[in-house]
Amino acid sequence: MTTVMTTGSSEHRGKCELSLTVNGEAKTVRVYPMERLLDVLRHELKLTGTKEGCGEGECGSCSVLINGELVNSCLIPILQAAGSNLTTIEGLAEGPQLSAVQKAFLECGGAQCGICTPGMILASCHLLDKKPEPTLDDIRDGLSGNLCRCTGYIQIFDAVAEAARRRDPA
Amino acid sequence: MRSNPADYKLIAPGKLDAVVTLLAQEPGQWLPIAGGTDLIVQYAAGKLSARKLVSIWNLAELRAIEILPDEIRIGAGCTYTRLREHQVIAREFPMLASAARWTGGIANQNRGTLGGNIVNASPAADSLPALLAYEAELILLSVRGERRVPYLGFHTGYKQMNLAPDELIRAICLRPAFSGYLHYARKVGARNAQAISKVCIAALGRLRDGQRTSEVGGQMGGAIEDVRIAVGSVAPVPLRLTELEQMVRGKSVDSELAQQARKASASAIQPIDDIRSTARYRSAVLGNLVAEFIEQLGIPGSPSGKTA
Repeated sequence: MTTVMTTGSSEHRGKCELSLTVNGEAKTVRVYPMERLLDVLRHELKLTGTKEGCGEGECGSCSVLINGELVNSCLIPILQAAGSNLTTIEGLAEGPQLSAVQKAFLECGGAQCGICTPGMILASCHLLDKKPEPTLDDIRDGLSGNLCRCTGYIQIFDAVAEAARRRDPA
Repeated sequence: MRSNPADYKLIAPGKLDAVVTLLAQEPGQWLPIAGGTDLIVQYAAGKLSARKLVSIWNLAELRAIEILPDEIRIGAGCTYTRLREHQVIAREFPMLASAARWTGGIANQNRGTLGGNIVNASPAADSLPALLAYEAELILLSVRGERRVPYLGFHTGYKQMNLAPDELIRAICLRPAFSGYLHYARKVGARNAQAISKVCIAALGRLRDGQRTSEVGGQMGGAIEDVRIAVGSVAPVPLRLTELEQMVRGKSVDSELAQQARKASASAIQPIDDIRSTARYRSAVLGNLVAEFIEQLGIPGSPSGKTA
C-alpha cells in the first residue's frame, strides 16, 4: 500500500490531497480522509454511474474495482484508496464500443431500473477475470453480494454466461 | 444521521511499528481500522464514537498466512477471500474456510479481515465458532511486546474483550491436529449470502480409534473420544458448550445420546428475540443441529465429514 499521511500537523483535522488512478486517468482530489470513496467518485469526480443503494455494504450497488478487486465503495474511506487503480462502470466501454459484459446485459434483458446494474456488471467482470468459464453456481456466488429488486436475476445470470461465451480466450 | 467526515481524523502510517507506537502514545484514543466493513457502517450511521482512526488495511506485517512446522499463523489482516482460497486452510480447517465463504458477499470478503471479525466481537460472527472449536490462540502486539492468549475466554462479555487499549491482534494461530475428525459446520440465516446468522455452529468430533461403527440392527455405535462444540448467535459472546461436551464424551453414539444432547444444548445458551429471529426458534434449531452432529458422528464415511 502506498504510504500516505494526511498533510499538515498530526493534530490537524483537515482535508488532504490524494492521488489515484480512475479508469486509467491520474486524478488528484482534495478531500477529508474519512470521505467515502463512493462520495468522492460521485461528487468530486462526477462519476455518477456508481450508485448508492443501502450505504452499508449489503446491496452491492456501489461496487467498483480497486486494483482489480471487487469492493463496496460505500465502505471505503478515501484515504484507503489513495494510490490505487480504480475501475468504475464508466471505465468499461471504449468510446462508443461497449464491453462484452455490457452488451450481454443489454441483449439478455439483464438491466431494468438500472440501480443495481453498474454494480452487477463490475461484479460480473470481477468474476470473469477470476473464472473465465463460470458454472451457474460460480455466477450465483460471484453476484451473491449484489441485490436486484426488479427480480431480474435469471436474465442477469444469462447475461454473465453469454458474456463468458463471447469473451476472447485471451 | 450521517457523520460529517470533517469531524474525523484518519491516518495511514503504512507500517505496523508506527501504528503500535501511536496506540501506546495515546492509549484508547486511536481506533485501528482494517477493511472497514463493520466500522464504516457504524460511521455512516453516525454511531462511531471514536474520532481518531488509524488504518491497518493492507499492512504487509498483518497479511501473511505462515505455515510453521506445528501451527498455521494467520495474520489478523488476512481477508476472507484469502482464507477461503487457501488450500492448507481448506484441508486442515474446513470450518474456517466455510465461514469465510458464508460471510457477506464477494466484495465484503475482499475487505473483511479475520482480526477485524474478532475485535468487532459480534456474537453472530460466522468465523468465531470455528476458531473456538479449533482452539485458536491469538498473538497480541503492543510496544510492550507480544503476548499469546487462548481465543477461548478472549470475549468477556458483549463486545468486551481481553485486549488492552494499546494492543492489537497480530495473528491467529491454529494447530493442524484434527485429521480424522468430523468437521461439522452449519449456518442458519435468511439467505445464503449477505445474511447474518440466526444460529451458527462449528463442531468437531472423533470416535475412539477413529472408528465409526456401522449400523448394526438399527443402532449406531462407537464411543466419542473427543468432541468440541462451539456456537454463535445464541448468547452475548460466541460459546463453547463445554458441559455438553463433557456429557457426551466417552458415550456411545446412538439416537438416545443425540436426543439427550439436543435437550442439554438449550440450557447452555441465552438466546434473545431480535430483528433476525426469536429465542425459541434459535433454541430449537440449535438443538436440531447438535442432534444432527451427534448422529453424523456415528455414520461411517469420510473422516472429515461434510461441511455445509
